[in-house]
Amino acid sequence: MFIDPKNITMDVLNLTTLMPMLIAIGGGLVILTIDLIKENIHKSLYVMLTILILVIDLGATLGLNFGPNEKGFFDVMLIDGLAILSQVLILVASVLFIPLALTSKRFHEYSYPEFFALFLFMIAGFQFMVSSDNLILIFIGLETASLSLYTLIAMHNRHNSFEAAVKYFTMGALAAGFFTMGSAILYGISGSLELYQIAPAIQSRMGEPGMMMFLLGGAGLLLTAFAFKLSLFPFHTWAPDVYEGASAPLAGYMSVVPKVAAFVVSMRIFEMFIELQIEWVQTMIIILAVLTMTLANLMALVQEDVKRMLAYSSISHAGFVMVAIALATEKANTGIFLYYGLFMFTNLGAFAMLWVSRHKHRVHHARYDHPYEKFSGMVKIMPMGAVVMGLFMLSLAGVPPFSVFWGKVYLMSATIDAGYIWLAIIMGLNSAIAAYYYLKLIVYMFLREPTEQVTKETTYYNVSKPLLTILGLAVFVTVGSIFYVDPLIEYITEMMRATNFGI
Amino acid sequence: MDHILSILIFFPAVAGILGFVVDKGSAKAYGVSVAAVELILALGLWASFDITNPGMQFTELIPIISQFGISYNVGVDGISLFIVIMAALITLLGIILLRDDTKNMKNMIVSLLFLEMTMVGVFLALDAIIFYLFWELSLVPMLYIIGAWGGPTRVYAAVKFFLYTFAGSLVMLVGLLAMAYLFHLQSGVWSFNLLDWYTLKLTTDQQFWLFLAFFAGFAIKVPMFPFHTWLPHAHGQAPTIGSVILAAVLLKMGTYGFVRFSLPILPDASVTFTPFIMALSLIMVVYTAMVAFAQKDMKQVIAYSSVSHMGIIMIGVFAMNAEGLGGSIFLMLSHGIVSGALFMLVGVIYERTGTKIMDEFGGLAAVMPVYATVFGVMLMASVGLPLTIGFVGEFLVLLGFYKVSVVGTIIAGSTIIIGSVYMLALFKKSFFGPVRHEKNLGLKDLDRRELTALLPLVAIVVWLGVYPKPVLEPIDNSVKALLVQMENHAQLESTKEAIIVSKKEVK
Repeated sequence: MFIDPKNITMDVLNLTTLMPMLIAIGGGLVILTIDLIKENIHKSLYVMLTILILVIDLGATLGLNFGPNEKGFFDVMLIDGLAILSQVLILVASVLFIPLALTSKRFHEYSYPEFFALFLFMIAGFQFMVSSDNLILIFIGLETASLSLYTLIAMHNRHNSFEAAVKYFTMGALAAGFFTMGSAILYGISGSLELYQIAPAIQSRMGEPGMMMFLLGGAGLLLTAFAFKLSLFPFHTWAPDVYEGASAPLAGYMSVVPKVAAFVVSMRIFEMFIELQIEWVQTMIIILAVLTMTLANLMALVQEDVKRMLAYSSISHAGFVMVAIALATEKANTGIFLYYGLFMFTNLGAFAMLWVSRHKHRVHHARYDHPYEKFSGMVKIMPMGAVVMGLFMLSLAGVPPFSVFWGKVYLMSATIDAGYIWLAIIMGLNSAIAAYYYLKLIVYMFLREPTEQVTKETTYYNVSKPLLTILGLAVFVTVGSIFYVDPLIEYITEMMRATNFGI
Repeated sequence: MDHILSILIFFPAVAGILGFVVDKGSAKAYGVSVAAVELILALGLWASFDITNPGMQFTELIPIISQFGISYNVGVDGISLFIVIMAALITLLGIILLRDDTKNMKNMIVSLLFLEMTMVGVFLALDAIIFYLFWELSLVPMLYIIGAWGGPTRVYAAVKFFLYTFAGSLVMLVGLLAMAYLFHLQSGVWSFNLLDWYTLKLTTDQQFWLFLAFFAGFAIKVPMFPFHTWLPHAHGQAPTIGSVILAAVLLKMGTYGFVRFSLPILPDASVTFTPFIMALSLIMVVYTAMVAFAQKDMKQVIAYSSVSHMGIIMIGVFAMNAEGLGGSIFLMLSHGIVSGALFMLVGVIYERTGTKIMDEFGGLAAVMPVYATVFGVMLMASVGLPLTIGFVGEFLVLLGFYKVSVVGTIIAGSTIIIGSVYMLALFKKSFFGPVRHEKNLGLKDLDRRELTALLPLVAIVVWLGVYPKPVLEPIDNSVKALLVQMENHAQLESTKEAIIVSKKEVK
């Protein structure tokens, strides 16, 4: 038995689709090579090099031809609007994140070239993940990215970052197991790993007895896997500990980029099921989304540490966005990216503010790095810092006209359009609950007196010019959102129309 | 005068940003000048306002998010014109009344200027999202004012104020988005423009639910019984300036919302809900008046009496006739002026004695005659004595309500009696009888700063009490236009019957 020889031309291979990932991987290797040639190079070189590589990567991504059926590399790559859009989002978030490494104080993880190489490998992983509808390639991308990310967390080199990395690794491995089992079941019933072939196969076999059992298994396992990755209730327990263990900017990064990647894959997989009229998938996702946003909000209320509060709040935001996946309309899909595009700047800014106010030693609390007391009377010690953090909090709470408000409005509107008024009201009330814990921080910063330990001398030293630049950009984007939301929606909608959802 | 409304909205905000640079010592002078310019601009708006035109004037429209139908859209009519002027006036007088030794004066001035932007914005917005934007944004400076300059439990009061209103308005937001969607279904385009929404025909079922969603936002703001519990806390803890602006302007946002949104967009549901709203309002009027009588704290008496009067405004709004609605708009103005002045007066005595408990005072009339006189005038206006500003609105509202329900009018009218009982009791306890504390003998009467803030209000109380026509006429025109619009828009015959407006009167 021989496999039939196939004629494959370079045109069919369409290797340019791989360019963005190859740039990131190649860039990572270059950084490692530089370290081999000359040791002890200052980290600023690596930071700038990484930014350059990311910019080239971004250029290559934007230069790709895209369309609903733009395939490449043995048809496993799918360069549709969704792939381009999510890669742009991931790369922009990464460019914003990396300069935070240039702090005025020395945090050793950023002095290793491996950090930057792993970071670039991780981005390549995410890029593979979002630009394919082949379950194996998605899996490879997911694992490449996750393994790099575990290491990045551990490089913070504190006791609780090891704990965080191991915890994340264990949970990630479990999720990977669920993902492979789910994919195996889909392969079993459809004989294919490509989503665009799975969909018609399932559709033609819908009526067969026992089919629902297989679908229940397949969709259920995949949903569990992504619930882990997106930290949806009840699979969210790892997230606050991991965020707490990771350094503040990395935690902010983790609350956006891996989630965007996971949302893209969830859109591809679950919106396929919903399009196939398998209603219980939709019901399950709505239940998960409602539980996630509500319970995470309630947990965030009782946190004593700002970083943990922000961790729970980003879980809640993920639940909010998860609603859009269940709706599976063009407006909802646009809403996902609008929301995360706006949320990205605000949330990264908020975590960066934690980074700015980081202490070398725990001053206030034996257990927490960023207890609320630390921010007591911040407006007296660091007025601009307090105002900036206050703006981010108001934006996260959804107070107009700050950025996240527009995402919220758009998603709630999409929910109403789809006929789920009750769901929109739950989303609204959750925003009101969330306002409480964001306000709590504002109250500490503006309305309380500084505690005795906090004076100008003991705290808030970790500011550098690149960090200020990033913060300034985040503030600008958060405050000025009213002026660019229109073109943003237009761009995202256009990209969504050029997307292949498998049907 | 092309962009006067935008200038009115954004001038205080721009001045607020620049205010960060102004030297601490000159902050108050800066605030007074900016607020004065704003008031002059508002009066200029009145001067160039065409009082015979009942529709929207000076409208501006700039699309912001065209895909989604959101645009910056502002306009003014007889209903909003005077509320804007009142907001500018109260802000100016409130700033004048600020003591020079207020801590963090600069922050206070900047917050007040931002607050002024949001207040003016709410009343001028003709786009639901822009309205919502200013509506929510007004919470932030108020939170800071109560939380930073308030009494001992100020943080609790400020956060309660914020969250209570925020939760209600998010439900309202769902209603607004649903409106836009229904508009999209019928016309094929997205629009948040109020004037577009006025043309929308909705089924009674849709109107029912939308009314409830709007009600959640507006009723908490008014605040209607039983959603009023945040207000006494907020007033109890807020500094004088906070209470003044809260009572005079922020509460009006709720009643204004009913007038601008609920009535014209949802006429059938408004009529369906009228008995319900009337019942709540009557309970609110009588119950809070009784609660006011039981208070020992002078500020709480005023706070509860202000809630009680808001009930009368609500009754007028839902009387659905020109007298009631016009009267309630006028009452919004007079309530703003009178309750604002009363809170200022309480602030004056609190600054001197450090207490607001009425039993501690006594005999103030002999010690501070001018203060007692001003207080007396405001008190009479508050209970609705003829020839004061309070009488005109209250009379019109009760007249309008009489056409709807005679029994209800008697109950509502009884508040004038209860109102005079608690107000006169307050006056007697504080101003007459022997001076209870030795130290009160040495109290100084009103100084120049306080007189500057209070005398204009006294003048307005008398002027509009004697001759309300210049204000009533534009209000009346716009109110009639609104009622005609409601009647044309209504789908049920019973609704058309409930809206009493004689078309002959409208040109």
